[in-house]
Amino acid sequence: MRLVCPVCGERDRREFYYQGAALARPEGSDWGPEWDDYLHNRDNPAGVTRDLWQHEQGCGAWLIVTRDTVTHEVLRCDLAAEAGV
Amino acid sequence: MRFSGLRVLREGLTGNTGWHAHWRDATPKSDYDVVIIGGGGHGLSTAYYLASRYGITNVAVLEKGYLGGGNVGRNTTIVRANYFLPGNSEFYSHSLKLWEGLEEDLNYNVMHSQRGQIVLFHSDGQRDAAARRGNAMRNQGDDAELLSVAELRRIVPYLDYEQARFPIYGGLLQRRAGTARHDAVAWGYARGASDRGVDLIQNCEVTGIEIENGRVRGVQTTRGAIRAKKLAVVVAGRSSQVAAMAGMRLPIESHVLQAFVTEGLKPCVDHVISFGMGHFYISQSDKGGLVFGGDLDMYASYAARGNLPLAEHVMEAGMTLMPMIGNARVLRSWGGIMDMSPDGSPVIDHAGIDGLYLNCGWCYGGFKAVPGSGDAMAHLIATDRPHPAATGFRLDRFATGRGLMDEEGTGAQHNLH
Repeated sequence: MRLVCPVCGERDRREFYYQGAALARPEGSDWGPEWDDYLHNRDNPAGVTRDLWQHEQGCGAWLIVTRDTVTHEVLRCDLAAEAGV
Repeated sequence: MRFSGLRVLREGLTGNTGWHAHWRDATPKSDYDVVIIGGGGHGLSTAYYLASRYGITNVAVLEKGYLGGGNVGRNTTIVRANYFLPGNSEFYSHSLKLWEGLEEDLNYNVMHSQRGQIVLFHSDGQRDAAARRGNAMRNQGDDAELLSVAELRRIVPYLDYEQARFPIYGGLLQRRAGTARHDAVAWGYARGASDRGVDLIQNCEVTGIEIENGRVRGVQTTRGAIRAKKLAVVVAGRSSQVAAMAGMRLPIESHVLQAFVTEGLKPCVDHVISFGMGHFYISQSDKGGLVFGGDLDMYASYAARGNLPLAEHVMEAGMTLMPMIGNARVLRSWGGIMDMSPDGSPVIDHAGIDGLYLNCGWCYGGFKAVPGSGDAMAHLIATDRPHPAATGFRLDRFATGRGLMDEEGTGAQHNLH
């Protein structure tokens, strides 16, 4: 698998660190179902998903990658800073 | 279907035309006491123990493909009980004891081979951790031996003891650990369940779960609606999709774990060996192939195949540990879909909906758990109480933070196990 970093171009998967599903961080710091959902529970789709990757061994940018978990096809790579999570 | 030496001889002389299927290929009835979704190792063992231990035989196992066609047919066949934490420790200990009586219980040759597993350590710190783990295993009542380099050299002389980067300091041996013939485990449980009246229904995909007033009523399937008083979801690899039919969102992310097998060789690797400093473990199948694997590809995937960088990484780790395998040719590789839970431990619990039970989150350790998981799941379904050896596998441990079982000590977070 190769990802197209918006800053650096197409790069080998080994340059990237996978964080997990791209989710909106809950407001506030009080423990509750929102934080449990954010930390643990996942849609975990068999199909198109959006997840967070970091170009760790490249420019260091955080990316939102839209890809298919069944075919490994990569559909989009956007800068997390611009796309919003 | 029974075997005997005489029968094998007679069939061999008459063209092997007299064999027939091990289990009935049932057609679904409209109503069951218990419906189990998933005809893999855990689903079949659940059905078997429901019938054999609790006398509950009005049971159907629904399998969308063919029996044993998922992870129970695509793993590296290792059976061990070397867990550290309370919760996991007693469960895997219980499961290993069931393995030891399994062939007699099922009257089926699952080729369970207690050849021993050695986890190597490569530093003083790792030795301390191995000694501590070994003590925990012995406290649990299982066996563990700390081996020196001299002892290791005697029983596994082919490791590279001279290399400078990851010197071998010793190993933790569990003699009762080993391997089993994975397909035969599924077939043995299937035959045992079918003989006791359980309907094993293949090519039957569940498309919906019927819930009325907070209680399970049955399922919709590609072969029609089936009513059920109790419903068990035992579908590791597709847990999120099936649970979503009941409106649930699980603490599971699916990952791919690759494994590899070489051409058949004469016996050379007598144990299961795990490399303590790299992602690599290996055993030799009875057919002669070296069966080995490493770590997850580390991103969510349902592709049932991995990427080449991880394949290269596993080969490199193997060559670092035992350069002799460089002469063997890799025959094939495959990927299994792992139900990864945040803390790396499984769930056997009520789903919070009356009559619905959940068995999932086996991460990359589901095979050795097949007997224990089926026994615990059957106990839960039959008595509505958790099995004494599986009280820790609660679904709510993530929400409450109580009873997390994080063997690696890295935190209950999805990308860390």
